[in-house]
Amino acid sequence: MVNVIADQPAAPVRRATEGPWRTAWRKLKRDRSALAAFGVLVVIVIASLAAPLYARYVSGTDPFVTNLNGEIVVDGTTQPVLQPSTEGLGLGTTPIGPTWRLGPYLLGADNQGRDVAARLLYGGRDSLLIAGAAAVLCLVLATFLGVVSGFFGGLVDIGLSRILDVLWAFPIFLLAISLSIVLIAQSIWIGPFEIRSGSLWLPVFIIGIVYVPYVARPIRGHVLTLMQAEFVTAAIGLGASPWRILWRDIMPNVVTRIIVFVPLILALNMMTESSLSFLSIGVQPPDASWGTIIQDGQGLLYSRPIVALAPGLAIVITVLALNILGDGVRDALDPKSSPRGV
Amino acid sequence: MLAALGFRLGQMVLVMFGISIVAFLIFFATPGADPSARIAGRNASQETLLQVRHDFGLDRPLPVQYGLMMNRLFISRDLTSFVNRGQLVVPTVTEAIPVTLSLVGGAAVLWVLGGLVVGVIAGATRGSFVDRALMILSLVGVSVPVFWLGEVANLLTQSRWHDTWLFSWVPPLGYVPLTEDPWGWFKALIIPWFTLATLYVGLYGRVLRASLIEMMQEDFIRTARAKGIGERRVLLHHGLRTSLVAFVTMFGLDFGALVGGGALLTEVVFGLQGVGKLTYEALQTLDLPMILATVIYAAFFVVMANFIVDVVFVFIDPRARDVR
Repeated sequence: MVNVIADQPAAPVRRATEGPWRTAWRKLKRDRSALAAFGVLVVIVIASLAAPLYARYVSGTDPFVTNLNGEIVVDGTTQPVLQPSTEGLGLGTTPIGPTWRLGPYLLGADNQGRDVAARLLYGGRDSLLIAGAAAVLCLVLATFLGVVSGFFGGLVDIGLSRILDVLWAFPIFLLAISLSIVLIAQSIWIGPFEIRSGSLWLPVFIIGIVYVPYVARPIRGHVLTLMQAEFVTAAIGLGASPWRILWRDIMPNVVTRIIVFVPLILALNMMTESSLSFLSIGVQPPDASWGTIIQDGQGLLYSRPIVALAPGLAIVITVLALNILGDGVRDALDPKSSPRGV
Repeated sequence: MLAALGFRLGQMVLVMFGISIVAFLIFFATPGADPSARIAGRNASQETLLQVRHDFGLDRPLPVQYGLMMNRLFISRDLTSFVNRGQLVVPTVTEAIPVTLSLVGGAAVLWVLGGLVVGVIAGATRGSFVDRALMILSLVGVSVPVFWLGEVANLLTQSRWHDTWLFSWVPPLGYVPLTEDPWGWFKALIIPWFTLATLYVGLYGRVLRASLIEMMQEDFIRTARAKGIGERRVLLHHGLRTSLVAFVTMFGLDFGALVGGGALLTEVVFGLQGVGKLTYEALQTLDLPMILATVIYAAFFVVMANFIVDVVFVFIDPRARDVR
């Protein structure tokens, strides 16, 4: 047998290697459950954005105005929206139940005669908005703190780490509740920005900061390991400035970590927002979120359970989709999670 | 080893101190959040405000207020509520602790067992239909808000299916002390236990599965297999034992956080008068001494749990002994 290869002049073989983003995207595209979850999320976002359209063209009622004496026509008969109660002593009223057909009161009314289906869509808008904005705030703050702490080390690191330690040990939920109770009834000033009492930005601010230690700590740890990596030593050896090392060597590696956090933080934020709103210290009336609608439905739990069930299901579906997507993103971006040798 | 523990102990005291200051500052020094205005009620006159401020010592400098509060909380233990005048804070919190401990303890038993079963079965049958089904169920469990799950449980057991054979035994919402009626205690808590445990079964099952799968690729597992040990024994004695390290850490932290008030939502939904519900009620009336006491108590549990985890770690994982 002739050794063909040895006779050839050594031609440099350069295979174009795939960039990390491309690899991640390819993996994510193959992950069918993650794609399905993403699809569900897109549908939920679009439905929520279409809330005003639904209220105007389908339900035909303003979901923020009480409708105590209204009447609607169902199956040819006229029915009051708030019907005399048939349970107990027959005192008080029970809101109309679901009609289960497109039109007014698809999912029935709450105890103020407001259309639950329309409120559900509006509530989704606020829930998603708060979760999203709080996630941005949290990730920006956490990245800043984590990178600064890990990159500069020394006194800065010690100071920041101790502060994060204290916040870390503070029961997260109690911290959120404490802040909400103190802040919810008044306007606060953050630098030049005023947050009015009852504003949606208040829950954003509170939810945004309470999870900062959860993200900042792992990012700091990651930066610390990166600083020991050979390519950073090489960059230092080549005389690269600290800024160059920070932007060219550290940040690109940190960014993948942050992206992995995005769906998970969104899911956490959704849960926290709904819990705070359920305790009536999150979103304030007249605004509605899924949490506040569950709270509205609490008094009607045994007579009209749909008022509390529907927003809860919406939360479960959204958070589940975020968690599935989160798993997919992690598998795609985190090289360690891929099976060995692949 | 002793030095390491001593170091941790000192750190713990520092963190506790920090937490008490954060809690104090949130309620007493947030700009615009004047506690005396809340106590005096709406539209109180300026004189009433000043009077209230003086009565409660709110006109003194902040460090003095902080010192007085801590002194009355920890040393003389005669701190009284702002809202229910004369109600002593420390005994009120102590009375609520058994309720919370009963709730969290029972749920912990459920979630540890559930998490172990789910994690081991899913890890052992990796990639199979069983594994996938278990993981989807766990993810659903992690995604359900606990207060909503509690409401659904109430709807089914208290109203819709209450008259059927399935749930006719469920007592009305509330707590029954263990010492008075053990069986009643059990019946009153079983639904809250399952509700609270759901999230953690999912969480622990997923973590344990991931950790098992990682462990089963280690060299010592290959050695064990090469020695001819059966697959079941390798899984349970070699793989599971090492995987439990992460499990123990998580358990300590979660247990501490829940006992320290994290079970608030479950307690509110099921009408259990525990520390969480106490905190919630104090927060609604802005009963500052009560809030401060419960928050510091909660932080104490969290920090304690951290500390215990570290100590346990030193015993179960020899590698942890040299690390600070």
